[in-house]
Amino acid sequence: MMYRVVKIEKIKEETPTIKTFFFKDDSKPKPGQFYMIWLPGVDEFPMSISHIGNKKAFTVKRIGKGTTAMHKLKEGDKLWIRGPYGRGFKIENGYALIIGGGSGMATLGPLIERVEGDIIIAARTKDELLFLDRFKDRNVYIATDDGSAGFKGFATDLAKDMMEKRDYSIIYTCGPEIMMRKIIDMAIERGIKVQASLERLMKCGIGICDSCSINGYRVCVDGPVFSEKELVKMEDLGKYKRDSSGRRVPI
Amino acid sequence: MLNVEIGKLHFKNPLILASGILDEAGETMLRIAKSGAGGIVTKSIGKEPREGYENPVVYELPCGLLNAMGLPNPGIENYEDEIKIAKKGGVPIIGSIFGSNPEEFSYLAKKMEDYGADAVELNLSCPHAKGYGMEVGTDLELVEEIVDSVKREIKIPVWAKLTPNTSNIVEIAKAVENADALVLINTLKAMAIDIDAKRPVLKNVFGGLSGKAIKPIGIRAVYEVYREVGKPIIGVGGIENGRDAIEYIMAGASAVEIGTAIYTRGIGIFKEIAKEMEGWMRKNGYSKISQMVGIAQVR
Repeated sequence: MMYRVVKIEKIKEETPTIKTFFFKDDSKPKPGQFYMIWLPGVDEFPMSISHIGNKKAFTVKRIGKGTTAMHKLKEGDKLWIRGPYGRGFKIENGYALIIGGGSGMATLGPLIERVEGDIIIAARTKDELLFLDRFKDRNVYIATDDGSAGFKGFATDLAKDMMEKRDYSIIYTCGPEIMMRKIIDMAIERGIKVQASLERLMKCGIGICDSCSINGYRVCVDGPVFSEKELVKMEDLGKYKRDSSGRRVPI
Repeated sequence: MLNVEIGKLHFKNPLILASGILDEAGETMLRIAKSGAGGIVTKSIGKEPREGYENPVVYELPCGLLNAMGLPNPGIENYEDEIKIAKKGGVPIIGSIFGSNPEEFSYLAKKMEDYGADAVELNLSCPHAKGYGMEVGTDLELVEEIVDSVKREIKIPVWAKLTPNTSNIVEIAKAVENADALVLINTLKAMAIDIDAKRPVLKNVFGGLSGKAIKPIGIRAVYEVYREVGKPIIGVGGIENGRDAIEYIMAGASAVEIGTAIYTRGIGIFKEIAKEMEGWMRKNGYSKISQMVGIAQVR
């Protein structure tokens, strides 16, 4: 599809490196789907939707050229978008464990609003915990690498404790790939269903260029959300990625 | 019913994955092979790793796709594993290569042969990379030299992929007559402007148009070249269904390549088109592809 222009209606500072940009758009995304955002003259990049429904939003961490430029935009400025793209989360019955690392929480936001379960919000440090107030009425567990809030240590260690205490029907996760790899392995070991939203270097967003492929799966079209049947076949997950030239390099 | 021979290569069907689409990583190519493609042409590989252009590199238009990927590729020295994995699919793997002179092409072709590629396809036609592709492919003396030099270097078949961005494609086809097969056509140089942004969409400004819009141009190119050059032709450009594939074959193609239509119909397209072709052939009394090659030529 071609670009359409949307106006930024509100900007919310979530953390020192993450902002949420609210806009109106008629598309009907599912939790876990993404859009391509074009900032004319700057860059085009994929971004998952963090609020769906009438008021939509992208929650964006400042990382590269495009996201840095986006952070400089003001309310009233425009975004060029195409999408929604990809396959989102498939909502499963039963009580869930949802694990979001860093800006991975942005992708999980709309899903969390539609499922019952325990939520782990994890980040390097307290200031980077995302959506604490959005989900303040939910069963939220916190993990920080530096121990500045909640459990001191990795989300994976907290998740392991929680999996030992309770039988979850399904695990949903989004975050750093190495974290997700461990979560997926733990889930598969315990026979728990798991869905993970993957992030790979993406160029076209429509399933033709092969940039974001991992072990034959296209993140942009076959994913970005994959379930255990596919994840178990992804030998490169958490180990190898492909750079802009398509070279397979260790993570 | 659908099996074809292109020179000494055998294909179970004439539906080959076109260069540039889902053919950089070995495992993706393997998946395409398992999904029913008769053969696979790799992404164009050069001497050095190349990142390609910045985004936007692809834009969806109502009439097709516009792209300026910028020839991203891992470089030939990093490509052996990808070919080896792709080969497990059991269909011919054609290594696409790009260079700026005969020496580069020959070097790359030899590497592809060593890696186990079943043929090489010379990219003489990418419309958006400075110093490569079409810029090389419209210089008649240079293309002739490139083809001759690669032919001397390797034993596997050499396919030459030509550009439609010229006033006379027959001239170029004649210049590369030494190749084992001709692949017609690459994308057409094109661009799109977003009027709200008041600027070109592609970061590289210019790109190549593929898909539905270019099929009549591809058909014309195949038709014209078939009359003048006695080498097998592989038709490419805008093939979306069985009827499109048969149209190219009747114009003179022995096989076809499919790319952009994967975006509209998905990876299952190869099996679907094969079925559509078989259905049409049965109904119309054809039992072999070769019976239809060039039959629409008006003499």
